[in-house]
Amino acid sequence: MDPRTHDFLEFVQGGGQVETGDWMPDEYRARLIKFIEMHGNSELMGVLPERDWILRAPTLQRKLALTAKIQDEVGHCQLIYRVVEDLGKPREACLDDLISGKSKFHNVFHYPTRSWGDVGVIAWLVDAAAIISQKALLKCSYAPYARVMKKVCWEESFHILHGRDTVLAMVTGTPEQFELVQEALLRWWEPLMHFHGTPIPAEEDPMFVWRIKSQANEDARQQFLDGYVPQILELGLELPDQKLRKNEDGVWEYTEPDWDKLMAVVTGHGPASQERLAFRRLSRADVDWVSRAMLSEAA
Amino acid sequence: MIFEVFRQERKGQAFMHGGSFHAPNREFADAYAREFYARRGESVALWVVPREEIVEIDEFPDEFDLKYRRVDGYSIKARLKEARERAGTLQG
Repeated sequence: MDPRTHDFLEFVQGGGQVETGDWMPDEYRARLIKFIEMHGNSELMGVLPERDWILRAPTLQRKLALTAKIQDEVGHCQLIYRVVEDLGKPREACLDDLISGKSKFHNVFHYPTRSWGDVGVIAWLVDAAAIISQKALLKCSYAPYARVMKKVCWEESFHILHGRDTVLAMVTGTPEQFELVQEALLRWWEPLMHFHGTPIPAEEDPMFVWRIKSQANEDARQQFLDGYVPQILELGLELPDQKLRKNEDGVWEYTEPDWDKLMAVVTGHGPASQERLAFRRLSRADVDWVSRAMLSEAA
Repeated sequence: MIFEVFRQERKGQAFMHGGSFHAPNREFADAYAREFYARRGESVALWVVPREEIVEIDEFPDEFDLKYRRVDGYSIKARLKEARERAGTLQG
């Protein structure tokens, strides 16, 4: 390692933060772009499962809340892609790589939403899992990304409440409503357990080494289980993992998730991956005239 | 065009940088800024500035060591002691 990179590494590991114009090693810049771009992609792809339910939302209030949540996520995508652009990759290139399948998006957005129960489970638990990862990014060594995360986390907290409220309305409703939540939860448990990634030790995770992330994957998952399993069980809902329990040391034990399946899902082989990408291609072509009109306005 | 947004959370507070976005002109920038940064009452005022209008200065060399302009340029301890001795007000 050259001395300059060594000093840089020491700086970020000591809690130092880097700004856009500062010198940074090529590897650091490349990892930032890849990671932040995937985050932006996920915000954009994450609205598609929810979009399917705007027209089918059970009440006007839910319809408006869901629309507002979707607007937030698209806004997050724009802010996050701006961070990527300032690191050197234009937004158009991000969108090209997303729809060609070259870049990735989060595992949970590769699954279909079958009922209104899914909408509640996603907004409550997927967003809860996401906010744990995003809160750990508030201390990211790349300061412009950390600053954007402040706004993102603040808005995600509304989404969790909206999701929890949706779930509570259903579990206190008819037996059929309760069953919709229960059925959705059983399907979503595996993707939720995959969400924070393989339990790679922090010191071996390059994202932690560069202090892009401030937390090991397993720590994030433990935090999720600790916070949310009791909240799920107190509603009388059941989880599909018989081994799930908190041991005497306060550590959650669970059945080892199928990590090969996670890899397959995020590389475009999930149950809804291709359908979602096809829709994104279609909508990009559909709104192309808007981009052109706006660009001619700007010129 | 890229616009930078500075937001004020409460009256009397300093404006803080919030983030940036693309907009084709000032009219759109106005609308986007409201949607991005004030939709939930999180800001009482916004400054929306085209990025190229911002002058950034981040180097402040002090070649002539002009420390007489700073508080660390003054060490009054010894002189204060002498003055108190003369006046006979030196404690203990």
